[in-house]
Amino acid sequence: MNTEITGIILMYAAVVAMAIPLGKYIGKVFSNEKTWLDKIFNPADKVFFKLSGINPLKEMNWKQHLVALLTINLIWFLLCMFVLMNMSWLPLNPDSNASMSADLAFNTSISFISNTNLQHYSGETGMSYLGQLVVMLFQFISAGCGIAIAAVVFFAMKETTAGKLGNFYFLFVRSCTRILFPIALVVSILLLFNGVPMTFDGKDPITNLQGDTVQISRGPVAAFVAIKQIGTNGGGFFGPNSAHPLENPSYFTNIIETISLFLIPIAMVFALGYVLKRRKLAWTIFSVMTIGFLLLLIPTVINEMNGNPAIAKMGIAQPMGSMEGKEVRFGSAASAYWAINTTVTSNGSVNAMHDSLTPLSGMNALLGMMVNCFYGGVGVGFLNFYIFIILAVFISGLMVGRTPEFLGKKIEAREMKIAMIIALLHPLLILAGTAIASYLYAHSPVAYAGWLNNPGYHGFSEMLYEFTSSSANNGSGFEGLGDNTPFWNIACGIVMLLARFLPIIGPVSIAGILANKKYIPESAGTLKTDTATFGLMVFAVIAIVAALSFFPALVLGPIAEYFSIY
Amino acid sequence: MKENIFPAIRLTVICLLFFSGIYTLIVWGVAQFSTNAGKGEIIKQDNKIYYANVGQKFTNDNYFYSRPSAVAYNAAGAGGSNKGPSNPDYLKDVQARIDTFLVHNPGINKSDIPSDLVTASGSGLDPHISVQAANVQVKRIAKIRGIAEGNLQQLIISNTEKPLLGFLGTERINLLKLNIALDNLK
Repeated sequence: MNTEITGIILMYAAVVAMAIPLGKYIGKVFSNEKTWLDKIFNPADKVFFKLSGINPLKEMNWKQHLVALLTINLIWFLLCMFVLMNMSWLPLNPDSNASMSADLAFNTSISFISNTNLQHYSGETGMSYLGQLVVMLFQFISAGCGIAIAAVVFFAMKETTAGKLGNFYFLFVRSCTRILFPIALVVSILLLFNGVPMTFDGKDPITNLQGDTVQISRGPVAAFVAIKQIGTNGGGFFGPNSAHPLENPSYFTNIIETISLFLIPIAMVFALGYVLKRRKLAWTIFSVMTIGFLLLLIPTVINEMNGNPAIAKMGIAQPMGSMEGKEVRFGSAASAYWAINTTVTSNGSVNAMHDSLTPLSGMNALLGMMVNCFYGGVGVGFLNFYIFIILAVFISGLMVGRTPEFLGKKIEAREMKIAMIIALLHPLLILAGTAIASYLYAHSPVAYAGWLNNPGYHGFSEMLYEFTSSSANNGSGFEGLGDNTPFWNIACGIVMLLARFLPIIGPVSIAGILANKKYIPESAGTLKTDTATFGLMVFAVIAIVAALSFFPALVLGPIAEYFSIY
Repeated sequence: MKENIFPAIRLTVICLLFFSGIYTLIVWGVAQFSTNAGKGEIIKQDNKIYYANVGQKFTNDNYFYSRPSAVAYNAAGAGGSNKGPSNPDYLKDVQARIDTFLVHNPGINKSDIPSDLVTASGSGLDPHISVQAANVQVKRIAKIRGIAEGNLQQLIISNTEKPLLGFLGTERINLLKLNIALDNLK
């Protein structure tokens, strides 16, 4: 068999094999059960809580959880703005990089607190090492925040919670110290010993073998890359992210980074099964997500390995497939695999340039973000899926003429209204944003000429991708887009902000409302939610919502481009 | 909200110390035991230092060519071309690269040129080329350097990096190592 294909099969098998035990471990961490890391982290957590004056055992209801989450995120935003706008005079700046402008700092700060990590700057020139270390903090805590809030929803789904949903700070600190930190440490050390730098020295000027003088950017890369992959963050140390040979030097590091990218999103599904003691429900959800993932993955791998037809017409060979924007050490298959992994999970790191993907691969990357719940980001991916479950329960309930119930709780008008608002928010942000950008560009193409790196349908895709990535809190980009302008910085900043916090507030309030309702024991008349039929129903709801909302935009972009070159 | 502000500020400061500070120091400390103390793997040749993983620009006819790069292999600010597959200007560029290659490599069939040699990588610093991309240049280099083609083919074989464990990923050649070996051949 082709060694590129065996590579991606191994990566998937390995990640599932690791995610199942990790899911159980995460479930134990949430439920405060004993784990083998307690010896180290029980004292560590005590220090965290004591120094911050928090009583981690104080129970919170869903509203208190949301207030705590939003307050701490506001603090993070202010801290990030301060550092990014003052980097030039703060320490750890060996390359004397400048501070950010206000609009770029606004975009970057929201980008990092919202776990998007969209980057309108380039790491080598736009960040000091202090800036990098501070945004690295957000890669931990924004991910920890997402995991903590998913745990709250898990608790709310239990049969008898009586409104007790744990303590936000308790869940948040444990997610950071016991889940993200140990994995990041192991991954960073593995990367370190395989060629990823970890130094505070600045750029190194060298003369090449052929005599050209160049500079080599370095930095504390290994620590940064590990958490960027683990926390579905995706903000790269260097401009080209994990395509950069110092950020991802070999096929082996690529395997480690790809597995890291996918690990916690899958493990969260199994954590749900553990917390609720409903393993079958977890497997049903996992199956729906996996089918969706494979439907996006397989055509993408085939398209990339077949190459670009416009180049085939020139009469040269494409033994490695479409190689524009790709690295030889990864090849087309592993690049296509990463592209779909990173878009379905809201990670947003890249190991090949998405702008140069063949049209249908670009479309599948877009679809991964439009659906945004085939595994999804750490924590929040499940929240998105939860909305689709609620919709599917309601629709199936109507179809068979029964009161819609989910896990013994009646779904009524109020929950449905919230679910619909959240389900429609994502298309609204993407399509309205793209429409405004297209209008501006179409009406003054000269003034905005710097925006697009490619003409025609592909140019439209660049704008569509940017808003989709912002709204999915993904952070990858069709990087040809000239996006460091006040319009893109502010527009994407607002989209990321709304798309992060409303889809947290919505599902948490639904789950909180449901938790306070009376539990109706299962009977013969109950709609079973852990069956293949229900799985199919959820899949249909996802497909219809995504397809109907986004199909017209996809036709104008990638599909039109496809027909122009095939 | 009010009861949350001060705990939130204090917790943020502690997280900053732990995740930006302690975590970084642990990894940096371990790095001191890795190759070249975490400053990047290097190759020494004639008292000059090169980075093994960072690709270099090779455009002279007496070396194996590197892939095209959107940033001319300057690792001060890496990046790809971000050209879409249907972009007419981009396709013209690729066609021009093919034509140039044919001029510099007479007697080569167009259908033997692999696409990695005429397309830019994602980082603009790709340290590798495919095996086909090396083979297609043997004729030119043999003529310029006066080395037998068989010796060059041997050099390519000994510099080919097999897929990981023999069955994972791509076969490739680290171009800098190949060209250093080429210089050492004389």
